[in-house]
Amino acid sequence: MRQRPIKVLAVSSGGGHWVQLLRLRPAFDGCEVVFATVRNSYRSDLEPHARFRRIPDASMWQKHRLILSAVAALWIVLVERPDVVVSTGAAPGYFAVRFGAMTGARTIWIDSVANAEQLSLSGREAGKHVDHWITQWPHLATNKGPFYHGSVL
Amino acid sequence: MILVTVGTELPFDRLIRAVDAWARETGRTDVFAQIGQAAWRPSYIQAVEFLAPTEFNRCFTQASVIISHAGMGTILSALRFQKPILVMPRRAALGEQRNDHQMATARQLLELGKINVAFDEHELRARLQHLDTLPVRDQTGVFASNALIAAVRDFIARGQFEAEHAVTLPAARRAPENAAVGRPA
Repeated sequence: MRQRPIKVLAVSSGGGHWVQLLRLRPAFDGCEVVFATVRNSYRSDLEPHARFRRIPDASMWQKHRLILSAVAALWIVLVERPDVVVSTGAAPGYFAVRFGAMTGARTIWIDSVANAEQLSLSGREAGKHVDHWITQWPHLATNKGPFYHGSVL
Repeated sequence: MILVTVGTELPFDRLIRAVDAWARETGRTDVFAQIGQAAWRPSYIQAVEFLAPTEFNRCFTQASVIISHAGMGTILSALRFQKPILVMPRRAALGEQRNDHQMATARQLLELGKINVAFDEHELRARLQHLDTLPVRDQTGVFASNALIAAVRDFIARGQFEAEHAVTLPAARRAPENAAVGRPA
Protein backbone atom coordinates (compact mmCIF):
# COMPACT_ATOMS: atom_id res chain seq x y z
CA MET A 1 0.00 0.00 0.00
CA ARG A 2 1.44 3.36 -1.01
CA GLN A 3 1.46 6.12 1.55
CA ARG A 4 0.22 9.48 0.41
CA PRO A 5 3.01 12.04 0.14
CA ILE A 6 3.63 14.44 3.02
CA LYS A 7 1.77 17.68 2.44
CA VAL A 8 3.85 20.81 3.00
CA LEU A 9 2.47 24.34 3.26
CA ALA A 10 5.32 26.74 2.43
CA VAL A 11 4.51 30.32 3.41
CA SER A 12 6.31 33.64 3.11
CA SER A 13 5.80 37.34 2.54
CA GLY A 14 7.40 39.03 -0.46
CA GLY A 15 10.84 40.08 -1.64
CA GLY A 16 13.72 38.36 0.14
CA HIS A 17 11.42 36.11 2.19
CA TRP A 18 10.00 34.62 -1.01
CA VAL A 19 13.41 34.28 -2.69
CA GLN A 20 14.66 32.39 0.38
CA LEU A 21 11.64 30.07 0.37
CA LEU A 22 12.30 29.28 -3.30
CA ARG A 23 15.90 28.44 -2.49
CA LEU A 24 14.69 25.76 -0.04
CA ARG A 25 12.64 23.89 -2.67
CA PRO A 26 14.90 20.81 -2.87
CA ALA A 27 13.96 20.14 0.77
CA PHE A 28 10.36 19.56 -0.41
CA ASP A 29 11.24 16.87 -3.01
CA GLY A 30 8.71 14.04 -2.91
CA CYS A 31 6.18 16.13 -0.96
CA GLU A 32 2.91 17.64 -2.07
CA VAL A 33 3.66 21.36 -1.74
CA VAL A 34 1.28 24.32 -1.51
CA PHE A 35 3.02 27.70 -1.73
CA ALA A 36 1.34 30.71 -0.11
CA THR A 37 2.70 34.21 -0.60
CA VAL A 38 1.65 37.82 -0.95
CA ARG A 39 1.65 38.57 -4.69
CA ASN A 40 -0.10 36.64 -7.44
CA SER A 41 2.71 37.57 -9.83
CA TYR A 42 5.10 35.36 -7.83
CA ARG A 43 3.29 32.37 -9.32
CA SER A 44 5.55 32.80 -12.35
CA ASP A 45 8.55 31.81 -10.21
CA LEU A 46 7.06 28.31 -9.83
CA GLU A 47 6.45 25.47 -12.27
CA PRO A 48 3.09 25.80 -14.06
CA HIS A 49 1.47 22.92 -12.15
CA ALA A 50 2.62 24.12 -8.70
CA ARG A 51 -0.12 24.72 -6.10
CA PHE A 52 -0.30 28.40 -5.18
CA ARG A 53 -2.39 30.52 -2.80
CA ARG A 54 -2.27 34.21 -2.03
CA ILE A 55 -2.12 35.50 1.53
CA PRO A 56 -2.25 39.23 2.41
CA ASP A 57 0.94 40.75 3.79
CA ALA A 58 1.06 42.90 6.92
CA SER A 59 3.58 44.47 9.23
CA MET A 60 3.33 44.47 13.01
CA TRP A 61 2.08 48.07 12.85
CA GLN A 62 -0.86 47.49 10.50
CA LYS A 63 -3.63 46.10 12.69
CA HIS A 64 -6.30 45.68 10.01
CA ARG A 65 -3.95 44.01 7.60
CA LEU A 66 -2.67 41.75 10.35
CA ILE A 67 -6.21 40.55 10.93
CA LEU A 68 -6.73 39.94 7.20
CA SER A 69 -3.46 38.05 7.05
CA ALA A 70 -4.37 35.95 10.09
CA VAL A 71 -7.82 35.09 8.75
CA ALA A 72 -6.33 34.07 5.40
CA ALA A 73 -3.70 31.94 7.16
CA LEU A 74 -6.39 30.18 9.21
CA TRP A 75 -8.49 29.58 6.11
CA ILE A 76 -5.58 28.15 4.12
CA VAL A 77 -4.54 25.86 6.98
CA LEU A 78 -8.11 24.59 7.46
CA VAL A 79 -8.67 23.97 3.75
CA GLU A 80 -5.27 22.47 2.97
CA ARG A 81 -4.69 20.51 6.21
CA PRO A 82 -0.90 20.37 5.74
CA ASP A 83 1.25 17.82 7.59
CA VAL A 84 4.07 20.36 7.81
CA VAL A 85 4.10 24.17 7.72
CA VAL A 86 7.38 25.83 6.68
CA SER A 87 7.97 29.58 6.75
CA THR A 88 10.82 31.99 6.03
CA GLY A 89 8.78 34.89 7.53
CA ALA A 90 7.31 37.24 8.17
CA ALA A 91 3.75 38.00 9.47
CA PRO A 92 1.82 35.65 7.12
CA GLY A 93 4.25 32.86 7.96
CA TYR A 94 3.90 33.54 11.67
CA PHE A 95 0.13 33.10 11.48
CA ALA A 96 0.46 30.01 9.30
CA VAL A 97 2.81 28.22 11.72
CA ARG A 98 0.62 29.17 14.71
CA PHE A 99 -2.59 27.89 13.12
CA GLY A 100 -0.74 24.96 11.60
CA ALA A 101 0.46 23.88 15.04
CA MET A 102 -3.09 24.17 16.42
CA THR A 103 -4.38 21.81 13.73
CA GLY A 104 -1.66 19.23 14.40
CA ALA A 105 0.84 20.12 11.69
CA ARG A 106 4.55 20.03 12.41
CA THR A 107 6.06 23.47 12.06
CA ILE A 108 9.42 24.91 11.11
CA TRP A 109 10.55 28.54 11.09
CA ILE A 110 13.63 29.61 9.15
CA ASP A 111 14.46 33.16 10.20
CA SER A 112 15.49 35.37 7.28
CA VAL A 113 19.19 35.65 6.51
CA ALA A 114 18.52 39.41 6.55
CA ASN A 115 18.33 39.20 10.34
CA ALA A 116 22.08 39.03 10.68
CA GLU A 117 22.59 40.57 14.12
CA GLN A 118 19.31 39.89 15.87
CA LEU A 119 16.28 37.74 15.17
CA SER A 120 13.21 39.34 13.64
CA LEU A 121 10.23 40.18 15.84
CA SER A 122 8.10 37.56 14.05
CA GLY A 123 10.99 35.11 14.37
CA ARG A 124 11.30 35.56 18.12
CA GLU A 125 7.55 35.13 18.56
CA ALA A 126 7.30 32.17 16.19
CA GLY A 127 10.24 30.50 17.91
CA LYS A 128 8.18 29.97 21.06
CA HIS A 129 5.64 27.88 19.16
CA VAL A 130 7.34 25.97 16.35
CA ASP A 131 8.75 22.43 16.49
CA HIS A 132 11.97 23.47 14.84
CA TRP A 133 13.40 26.98 14.91
CA ILE A 134 16.27 27.94 12.64
CA THR A 135 18.54 30.97 12.29
CA GLN A 136 20.88 31.37 9.34
CA TRP A 137 23.65 32.98 11.38
CA PRO A 138 25.84 30.87 13.70
CA HIS A 139 26.33 33.71 16.17
CA LEU A 140 22.56 33.91 16.78
CA ALA A 141 22.16 30.18 17.52
CA THR A 142 21.80 28.83 21.05
CA ASN A 143 21.53 25.31 22.42
CA LYS A 144 17.83 25.82 23.09
CA GLY A 145 17.19 27.31 19.67
CA PRO A 146 17.21 28.87 17.27
CA PHE A 147 19.48 26.29 15.67
CA TYR A 148 21.97 26.85 12.90
CA HIS A 149 22.37 24.45 9.95
CA GLY A 150 23.77 26.67 7.23
CA SER A 151 22.05 29.34 5.19
CA VAL A 152 20.28 30.05 1.93
CA LEU A 153 23.47 31.66 0.61
CA MET B 1 22.72 48.52 -18.46
CA ILE B 2 22.83 49.52 -14.80
CA LEU B 3 19.83 48.25 -12.83
CA VAL B 4 18.93 50.19 -9.69
CA THR B 5 16.36 48.63 -7.35
CA VAL B 6 14.95 49.53 -3.96
CA GLY B 7 12.67 46.48 -3.81
CA THR B 8 8.93 46.60 -4.26
CA GLU B 9 7.67 48.00 -0.98
CA LEU B 10 9.09 51.22 0.42
CA PRO B 11 10.72 54.02 -1.56
CA PHE B 12 14.38 54.83 -0.95
CA ASP B 13 14.76 58.35 -2.33
CA ARG B 14 18.25 58.93 -0.92
CA LEU B 15 19.60 56.16 -3.18
CA ILE B 16 17.63 57.20 -6.27
CA ARG B 17 18.58 60.90 -5.89
CA ALA B 18 22.28 60.06 -5.61
CA VAL B 19 22.24 57.76 -8.65
CA ASP B 20 20.15 60.23 -10.69
CA ALA B 21 22.55 63.10 -9.94
CA TRP B 22 25.56 60.94 -10.77
CA ALA B 23 24.04 59.72 -14.06
CA ARG B 24 23.22 63.30 -15.10
CA GLU B 25 26.73 64.56 -14.31
CA THR B 26 28.45 61.71 -16.11
CA GLY B 27 25.96 61.43 -18.98
CA ARG B 28 25.10 57.77 -18.30
CA THR B 29 21.96 57.00 -20.29
CA ASP B 30 21.82 53.27 -19.55
CA VAL B 31 20.47 53.45 -15.99
CA PHE B 32 17.09 51.87 -15.21
CA ALA B 33 15.47 51.99 -11.77
CA GLN B 34 12.68 50.25 -9.86
CA ILE B 35 11.84 52.95 -7.30
CA GLY B 36 8.89 51.54 -5.31
CA GLN B 37 5.56 53.14 -4.43
CA ALA B 38 5.07 56.88 -3.76
CA ALA B 39 8.72 57.58 -4.42
CA TRP B 40 10.53 60.70 -5.61
CA ARG B 41 10.58 60.58 -9.44
CA PRO B 42 14.06 60.91 -10.90
CA SER B 43 14.35 63.41 -13.75
CA TYR B 44 17.28 61.91 -15.65
CA ILE B 45 17.32 58.10 -15.30
CA GLN B 46 14.47 55.88 -16.47
CA ALA B 47 12.28 54.61 -13.65
CA VAL B 48 9.22 52.47 -12.89
CA GLU B 49 7.48 51.85 -9.59
CA PHE B 50 7.34 48.10 -9.85
CA LEU B 51 8.54 45.44 -12.27
CA ALA B 52 6.66 42.13 -12.46
CA PRO B 53 8.94 39.16 -11.61
CA THR B 54 9.38 38.05 -15.24
CA GLU B 55 10.26 41.63 -16.29
CA PHE B 56 12.52 42.03 -13.29
CA ASN B 57 14.38 38.80 -14.08
CA ARG B 58 14.87 39.93 -17.68
CA CYS B 59 16.34 43.27 -16.57
CA PHE B 60 18.44 41.49 -13.99
CA THR B 61 20.03 39.09 -16.48
CA GLN B 62 20.72 41.95 -18.93
CA ALA B 63 22.25 44.27 -16.33
CA SER B 64 26.03 44.59 -16.05
CA VAL B 65 25.87 46.05 -12.53
CA ILE B 66 23.21 46.11 -9.79
CA ILE B 67 22.84 49.06 -7.40
CA SER B 68 20.33 48.45 -4.63
CA HIS B 69 19.14 48.74 -1.06
CA ALA B 70 20.43 45.95 1.23
CA GLY B 71 17.40 43.74 0.56
CA MET B 72 18.02 40.00 0.59
CA GLY B 73 15.90 39.34 -2.51
CA THR B 74 18.12 41.53 -4.66
CA ILE B 75 21.34 40.39 -3.00
CA LEU B 76 20.48 36.70 -3.46
CA SER B 77 19.58 37.30 -7.11
CA ALA B 78 22.87 39.12 -7.71
CA LEU B 79 24.85 36.28 -6.15
CA ARG B 80 22.98 33.70 -8.15
CA PHE B 81 23.35 35.50 -11.49
CA GLN B 82 26.95 36.48 -10.67
CA LYS B 83 26.31 40.19 -11.07
CA PRO B 84 28.50 42.76 -9.36
CA ILE B 85 26.34 44.48 -6.75
CA LEU B 86 26.75 47.70 -4.78
CA VAL B 87 24.31 48.07 -1.89
CA MET B 88 23.45 51.01 0.31
CA PRO B 89 21.53 50.03 3.48
CA ARG B 90 18.33 51.81 4.51
CA ARG B 91 18.44 53.72 7.79
CA ALA B 92 15.64 53.59 10.34
CA ALA B 93 16.63 57.03 11.67
CA LEU B 94 15.85 58.54 8.25
CA GLY B 95 12.46 56.83 8.05
CA GLU B 96 13.62 54.47 5.31
CA GLN B 97 12.84 51.28 7.23
CA ARG B 98 11.30 50.37 10.58
CA ASN B 99 14.58 49.03 11.95
CA ASP B 100 18.25 48.93 11.01
CA HIS B 101 18.37 45.30 9.89
CA GLN B 102 19.69 46.40 6.48
CA MET B 103 22.74 47.86 8.23
CA ALA B 104 23.26 44.47 9.90
CA THR B 105 22.78 42.60 6.63
CA ALA B 106 25.26 44.88 4.87
CA ARG B 107 27.91 44.61 7.62
CA GLN B 108 27.68 40.82 7.92
CA LEU B 109 27.56 40.06 4.19
CA LEU B 110 30.43 42.49 3.56
CA GLU B 111 32.44 40.58 6.17
CA LEU B 112 31.63 37.29 4.38
CA GLY B 113 32.83 38.83 1.12
CA LYS B 114 29.45 38.53 -0.60
CA ILE B 115 28.69 42.14 -1.55
CA ASN B 116 30.10 45.64 -2.08
CA VAL B 117 28.70 48.21 0.35
CA ALA B 118 28.38 51.98 0.45
CA PHE B 119 27.12 52.86 3.91
CA ASP B 120 25.91 56.34 2.93
CA GLU B 121 25.33 58.47 -0.17
CA HIS B 122 28.82 60.03 -0.02
CA GLU B 123 30.43 56.62 -0.10
CA LEU B 124 28.01 55.69 -2.86
CA ARG B 125 29.10 58.63 -5.01
CA ALA B 126 32.72 57.63 -4.51
CA ARG B 127 32.03 54.01 -5.46
CA LEU B 128 30.01 55.04 -8.53
CA GLN B 129 33.16 56.63 -10.01
CA HIS B 130 34.67 53.14 -10.21
CA LEU B 131 31.53 51.21 -11.11
CA ASP B 132 33.05 49.50 -14.12
CA THR B 133 35.62 47.75 -11.97
CA LEU B 134 33.19 46.70 -9.23
CA PRO B 135 34.11 43.11 -8.34
CA VAL B 136 31.73 40.14 -8.41
CA ARG B 137 32.03 38.59 -4.99
CA ASP B 138 31.51 34.94 -4.03
CA GLN B 139 28.81 33.42 -6.15
CA THR B 140 26.16 31.06 -4.82
CA GLY B 141 24.18 28.24 -6.41
CA VAL B 142 20.50 28.25 -7.27
CA PHE B 143 19.52 26.69 -3.94
CA ALA B 144 20.33 27.00 -0.25
CA SER B 145 23.35 25.28 1.30
CA ASN B 146 23.21 21.48 1.34
CA ALA B 147 23.30 21.44 5.13
CA LEU B 148 20.23 23.65 5.49
CA ILE B 149 18.29 21.74 2.84
CA ALA B 150 19.19 18.42 4.52
CA ALA B 151 18.06 19.72 7.90
CA VAL B 152 14.69 20.91 6.56
CA ARG B 153 14.18 17.73 4.50
CA ASP B 154 14.91 15.51 7.53
CA PHE B 155 12.54 17.48 9.67
CA ILE B 156 9.76 17.14 7.08
CA ALA B 157 10.33 13.40 6.68
CA ARG B 158 10.96 12.38 10.29
CA GLY B 159 9.17 14.97 12.35
CA GLN B 160 12.23 15.92 14.31
CA PHE B 161 15.54 17.29 13.33
CA GLU B 162 18.51 14.98 13.53
CA ALA B 163 20.93 16.18 16.15
CA GLU B 164 23.95 15.43 13.97
CA HIS B 165 22.79 18.05 11.49
CA ALA B 166 22.89 20.79 14.06
CA VAL B 167 26.13 22.66 13.64
CA THR B 168 27.71 22.89 17.06
CA LEU B 169 28.34 26.42 18.13
CA PRO B 170 32.14 26.57 18.49
CA ALA B 171 32.59 24.89 15.11
CA ALA B 172 30.02 27.18 13.56
CA ARG B 173 31.89 30.19 14.86
CA ARG B 174 35.13 28.95 13.35
CA ALA B 175 33.62 28.13 9.96
CA PRO B 176 30.57 30.05 8.83
CA GLU B 177 28.26 28.41 6.37
CA ASN B 178 29.39 29.87 3.10
CA ALA B 179 31.83 28.72 0.47
CA ALA B 180 33.02 25.47 2.00
CA VAL B 181 29.65 23.75 1.62
CA GLY B 182 28.87 22.23 -1.79
CA ARG B 183 25.68 23.19 -3.55
CA PRO B 184 23.27 21.11 -5.61
CA ALA B 185 23.59 21.97 -9.30
